[in-house]
Amino acid sequence: MDLSSINPLVLIASLMVASTPILLAAIGELVVEKSGVLNLGVEGMMIVGAICGFAVAVESGSPALGFIGAALGGAALSMLFGILTQYFLSNQVATGLALTLFGLGLSALIGQGYIGIKPPATGDVNFGPLADLPVLGTILFRHDLMVYISLGLIAGVWAFLKYSRAGLILRAVGESHDAAHALGYNVRTVRLMAIGFGGACAGLGGAYLSLIRVPQWTEGMTAGAGWIALAIVVFASWRPWRVLVGAYLFGGVTVLQLNLQAAGLDVPVQYLSMSPYIITILVLVIISSNRGRASLAAPAALGRVFHASS
Amino acid sequence: MGDSLLTVEGLRKAYPGVVANDDVSFSVKPGEVHALLGENGAGKSTLVKMIYGLVRPDAGRMTFEGVPYEPSSPHEARGTGVAMVFQHFSLFEALNVAENVALGMENPPKQRQLSRQIREVSETYGLPLDPDRLVGDLSAGERQRVEIIRCLLQDPKLLIMDEPTSVLTPQEVEILFETLNKLRAEGTALLYISHKLEEIRALCDSATILRLGKVVGTCDPRASSARQMAEMMVGQELHTPSREMKEPGEIVLDLAALSVKSANPFGTSLKNVTLQVRAGEVLGIGGVAGNGQDELLAALSGETPAPSDAVKLNGQEIGHLGPNARRALGLLAAPEERLGHAAAPDMSLTENALLTGAIREDMVSNGFLNWGKARSFAESIIREFDVRTPGPGNAARALSGGNLQKFVIGREILQRPVALVVNQPTWGVDASAAAQIRQALLDLAAAGCAVICISQDLDELMEISDRFAALNEGRLSAPKPAKGLTVDEIGLMMGGAHDLEVAHV
Repeated sequence: MDLSSINPLVLIASLMVASTPILLAAIGELVVEKSGVLNLGVEGMMIVGAICGFAVAVESGSPALGFIGAALGGAALSMLFGILTQYFLSNQVATGLALTLFGLGLSALIGQGYIGIKPPATGDVNFGPLADLPVLGTILFRHDLMVYISLGLIAGVWAFLKYSRAGLILRAVGESHDAAHALGYNVRTVRLMAIGFGGACAGLGGAYLSLIRVPQWTEGMTAGAGWIALAIVVFASWRPWRVLVGAYLFGGVTVLQLNLQAAGLDVPVQYLSMSPYIITILVLVIISSNRGRASLAAPAALGRVFHASS
Repeated sequence: MGDSLLTVEGLRKAYPGVVANDDVSFSVKPGEVHALLGENGAGKSTLVKMIYGLVRPDAGRMTFEGVPYEPSSPHEARGTGVAMVFQHFSLFEALNVAENVALGMENPPKQRQLSRQIREVSETYGLPLDPDRLVGDLSAGERQRVEIIRCLLQDPKLLIMDEPTSVLTPQEVEILFETLNKLRAEGTALLYISHKLEEIRALCDSATILRLGKVVGTCDPRASSARQMAEMMVGQELHTPSREMKEPGEIVLDLAALSVKSANPFGTSLKNVTLQVRAGEVLGIGGVAGNGQDELLAALSGETPAPSDAVKLNGQEIGHLGPNARRALGLLAAPEERLGHAAAPDMSLTENALLTGAIREDMVSNGFLNWGKARSFAESIIREFDVRTPGPGNAARALSGGNLQKFVIGREILQRPVALVVNQPTWGVDASAAAQIRQALLDLAAAGCAVICISQDLDELMEISDRFAALNEGRLSAPKPAKGLTVDEIGLMMGGAHDLEVAHV
């Protein structure tokens, strides 16, 4: 075993890349759940985003267009969920699960002609001399744009929920849709917008996998990332910065265990492979174990069907 | 009526299968306190929802300050100068006071400025409130202050209040009335909905009485007696429950220093609750909602386990037993929330009868259900308690509140309880059904059952209890004989006015 082959700087830099898909999907789902909707279709929206982004990028030759296509694809699929749950009042859990299955199948169909193709490369952002800084340069200033966008999204969502009136209305809708309706807010519109945002974010996360992280298209390539994103939102107590911690923790352990595998650590591979899931959930459970106050963060109307008649 | 603020003419609203309002007309003048009276289902709430823009009328006209008024949303109503305090608070527990207030305003100022305004207005009207506290941590009376202040900050010309006093202590009611009188003096018109006729007589200048969606009369509340108004509401004579006095028997239910932690993060934990109820006695437990009533019921019914020696039934320690074991011994309970707690909304009445009656009415043998027995048990409840429903096959959800309440209470009474605990037995029930339920509870006590009645309706408690105690922040006051208790004494037992002060401007 040769642990010296692991460079901690590269490890940190690569954990940011590894975490970005989950981070994007999770921050989108956080907004959806804050509005009181439980969309279990994150995995499905991610994989549809992955193939939409991949196809658009390959056909147009532009990764940027690819990411836009991915966001639109994810949002379009989420609208299917939105219309079913908000207008036809279908059960959110069942519809979300169906959305995942549907997304997996749809993406496989679209992806038929794209197996084995390389997508156009996404360049890193050029920070000029900053990138040459010792330590910080490697960690912070040599990434592609999406990494920074995902961090910006976390900050943006945090500020939106905390300081803006629209964010307050969104939280109010998620807290008690009946009271929000009584005050004259359009619960359905607010929720549809949140669902669309969640879909777009999940789509971006999926495209990050297929265009940058892997980068190629294989069926079922999200491999459960959407479910991890869902778990991170819950265990992060619906707080944006904790979502960041959870996602980076998961990405970090993933990268670390891959490095350990490569270094030949004398532990069965299966244990290493499962370690990111176990460690992430353990840590987040401990963080959120303080009941009482922590449970306040949960949107009280989460998953409940709203009908304006009452 | 050239100077009227709001005029309503021929308003009609029909829902599938029911006409909620039909040809309703009345008018309110500036500075007038106008009462809307009526039983549950008389259409008062639908009417004010139309005025507040939540529901659109099918026919009829409204004018506000002489201008046609057709609000299509609450935003529009608030813009015109109409504000409303809701019966079921339209508040968000996990948000703080300032955020809740901001949500009810059209153009809220920045948080810091809003907090200052809240402090100012709350001081002026004697309703102290800290803008940074979470609403979930507030008492019912404080929550109502949030709603009122939310309305006051918009300088409304017409303030609608839907059952504002149902959750307040007598002292809090008094202070609320001072605030309202002050508003009246400033020229604000009030549309006031309440069941409590004495309050209406004390506060209101005029009253419109609704029955089954129609206006059946108007009256001057100061010149009419409460009984006259009640009979106009009901459309028939009222029977006051009667009882024969007799000596209470042995101690049946005995709570010794019961302390239970609340399961709900916003709930109130019970602290050192000690009480004894004798056979044939009704113990009334008052108190403002959210002071441990739900927790006390859960601790008595067995939903929350307690130390085994803290709860005794006929001397037997039962604190550790669950609800079914307690039912088998004869300690029955009917919780407050009809749909979802006392009854399963989507199950039929037969199934609901079986849910609590299975053990005592012997409807289970070798793990199999006896549907025939369950059905006849449900039928006997329907018959003896005059539950208006097509039959026991109907879903609980399909019954009106009063009918379902009669069913839920009747279901426990017919199981011949040794001790019965009821929480808010007549909440949201019309006057005649309420009188029936109270009579049934008195008859049960006369037959030797120990009854605990938890309620927020003080008139009800005074009417049926032998002894009265009050819950305040999870503590139970020492029970006193109900006869001869004054309103002031009761208010003090309930914890007084919760730091309220009188308006000073």
